[in-house]
Amino acid sequence: MYGKKVKLRFLFLAVILASAILTIFLILQSLKDNVVYFQSPSEIKSLVELHKKKIRVGGMVKEQSVLLNSNGVKFVITDFKNEINVTYSGAVPNLFAEGKGVVAEGFLKDRNYFLATKILAKHDENYMPPEVKEAIGDK
Amino acid sequence: MLANQIGYYSLILGLLLSVLLCGISIKDINNNSKQVNQNLLFLSFLQLTFVIVSFLSLILSFIKSDFSNETVFNNSHTTKPLFYKISGTWGNHEGSLLLWLLVLTLFIFLFLIKSREQPKKYRILTLLFHQIIIIGFFLFVLMTSNPFNYLFPTPPEGLGLNPILQDPVLAIHPPILYLGYVGTSIIFSSSLAAVTQNYVSKEWAQHIKKWILVSWIFLTIGIMLGSIWAYYELGWGGFWFWDPVENVSLMPWLTLTALLHCIIVLERRVTLTSWVVILSITTFTLSMCGTFLVRSGILNSVHTFANDPTRGIFILIFLFILIVLSLGIFFLFHKESNKKSNNFFWLSRETSILINNWFMMYFLSVVLIGTVYPIFLDVISSEKISVGPPFYQKLIVPFLIPFLFFMSLGPRLKWIKSRIENKNSLIITFIILVILTFFVIRNLTTDLLLYTVLVSAAFFLFFTTLKELFVKKFNNISQTVAHFGFSLLILSILFNSFLSSEVITNIRVGEKYSYSEGEIFFKKIEEKKESNFNSIIAYFEIKDVNEKTVELKPEIRVYNQPVTITSEADIKTTFLEDKFLVMNLVKGNEYFNIRYQVKPYMIWIWISVLLLSLGGLMSLFTKRYEK
Repeated sequence: MYGKKVKLRFLFLAVILASAILTIFLILQSLKDNVVYFQSPSEIKSLVELHKKKIRVGGMVKEQSVLLNSNGVKFVITDFKNEINVTYSGAVPNLFAEGKGVVAEGFLKDRNYFLATKILAKHDENYMPPEVKEAIGDK
Repeated sequence: MLANQIGYYSLILGLLLSVLLCGISIKDINNNSKQVNQNLLFLSFLQLTFVIVSFLSLILSFIKSDFSNETVFNNSHTTKPLFYKISGTWGNHEGSLLLWLLVLTLFIFLFLIKSREQPKKYRILTLLFHQIIIIGFFLFVLMTSNPFNYLFPTPPEGLGLNPILQDPVLAIHPPILYLGYVGTSIIFSSSLAAVTQNYVSKEWAQHIKKWILVSWIFLTIGIMLGSIWAYYELGWGGFWFWDPVENVSLMPWLTLTALLHCIIVLERRVTLTSWVVILSITTFTLSMCGTFLVRSGILNSVHTFANDPTRGIFILIFLFILIVLSLGIFFLFHKESNKKSNNFFWLSRETSILINNWFMMYFLSVVLIGTVYPIFLDVISSEKISVGPPFYQKLIVPFLIPFLFFMSLGPRLKWIKSRIENKNSLIITFIILVILTFFVIRNLTTDLLLYTVLVSAAFFLFFTTLKELFVKKFNNISQTVAHFGFSLLILSILFNSFLSSEVITNIRVGEKYSYSEGEIFFKKIEEKKESNFNSIIAYFEIKDVNEKTVELKPEIRVYNQPVTITSEADIKTTFLEDKFLVMNLVKGNEYFNIRYQVKPYMIWIWISVLLLSLGGLMSLFTKRYEK
């Protein structure tokens, strides 16, 4: 038989191991529900089925497409192959402008229509999110 | 020009001194004299002086706008106010690494002075390990990010500092955060030295605890300053976004907090020795990982100054060497001390501190996975995802309930074996709190059950620590203050999130916008010219439900160099609430996009973090408490 001390030690290890496994399981579970995927307008066009989950769309704000009134803003995101219409009512970051890169977070209504809940701020003029860079290709 | 050369050669001399110091310390270990070779102290001072000279010459180049220096050219401009010329020194990649180096050399010098009563070999080995880190950073600075690169012909004007970094809080945020971040390096090298000397003991714990506290205090305040800046400068009105860049500063904070608690057990009971060493190694590794992730451009943020893959690879290799070295030392030298019995019972102070550590490790794994998983997925499948606040909230918020409970009960327990006194009165207090909380927050949240229990748990900690403060005035006051600060932090965050409200609209000059709780009137705009920006100041009058009017003047600034538009929020702060108005310009439109937020108890979030650090500060200056 093992001594009491060894037994306790085993118990202790078992508790730690069990809680570690539980932790990892818990984290991975909620990770699955809470990630936001990033897609370009072209990827959205080729979607087989529409999900109800929140996604991010990135690309360029099309020239001459921004419409602003007291209710919100409408614009078109393009990756120079495909484009998608976006409506949004909320705070617009300063560097949001026609011909600049943009990332919008929200829900797809259909393949051509996106309801944004958030437009992401950028930090400076030259910076472009890597996702956007990739989405519009090396132009 | 001259400053450039002086700065560069001081750095090289500093590196040579590092090598020399390593050599002398290896020789000195085998020397039989009881005293540490005085030359070591002197050389270490000399090294610090060289780094200071180098740093000062960079500051001088910035003040003089010497554009023959590439770093100055990239990050400064003649029209910039003097204050931001100086703070611009560390507002860029090269300069901030020089600052990092400065803190590294400063800390090892202070360590040598402050550790005179420690064993000789331990001190020398700490110096040796620390010099290895210092050499790594010297090489990093000199090879990949030299702040003294020479430009010829000298450009007439610089490119300017990113305007959102031109801010008083952000001028002090890096130095303070670095003192905390880099402070963990001393803990790392000293714990490695202690392991090799089999000196992970009571005496060591007493002495290293001070260094842990110092790092912890600076790290806490540094994170808070970054958070305050994000609150008013980024214009989103929040204080924590679970952005990867924030997370990498939170991770070492979590392990450092765990270490802070654990070291007390080591100090008192000489157990958990290996755990303390592992935590020390992890904390420093996480600080380095943070630097790697932020500096290599993997995480995009305002901290990514210029992406250069060689930098990332250098840090990665360096990090790898340090981890292998430290783990090697740990497994080769570490012996679990069997001298004293390390028995303790389930209900004891030791267990409660272990529980604290368990929670810290849990929070750490949540933050770590949430931060690293998107990067990992991008590398293996090039799928782009982001992990948002709901993930962290879902995994962290429920676990705060038991965490808060253990926080209020733990400190009441005695070492080795204990029992909970006044069980009944505690239970009754809690039940009363649950009932009261239920009525207070009934209409405030959708997830009533969870938040009722959470808020009552926070109040429970709040009142138990408050009682402690008044009843047993001098018994372990630092711990009580820190725990009290934490309960206040949780309470202010919760009520802030319950009661915050916001209105977003597009509005033209002269228009009025009415909503259910008041009215916003856009009076007028004024234009103003400053040396390095033009600003549009808008005047708003906001009426709330009680017909009280407040005038807010948010600003839009158009900086000339580099051409950037920033919004300056206007915030009216009182003890009860912040009124926050930020305005944005959408090009070529007469509409301004405004966002008005009422954020209750905002200031208490900052106050409670200060209380938390005050607890640490008090612990640093109190002599040992209890018998």
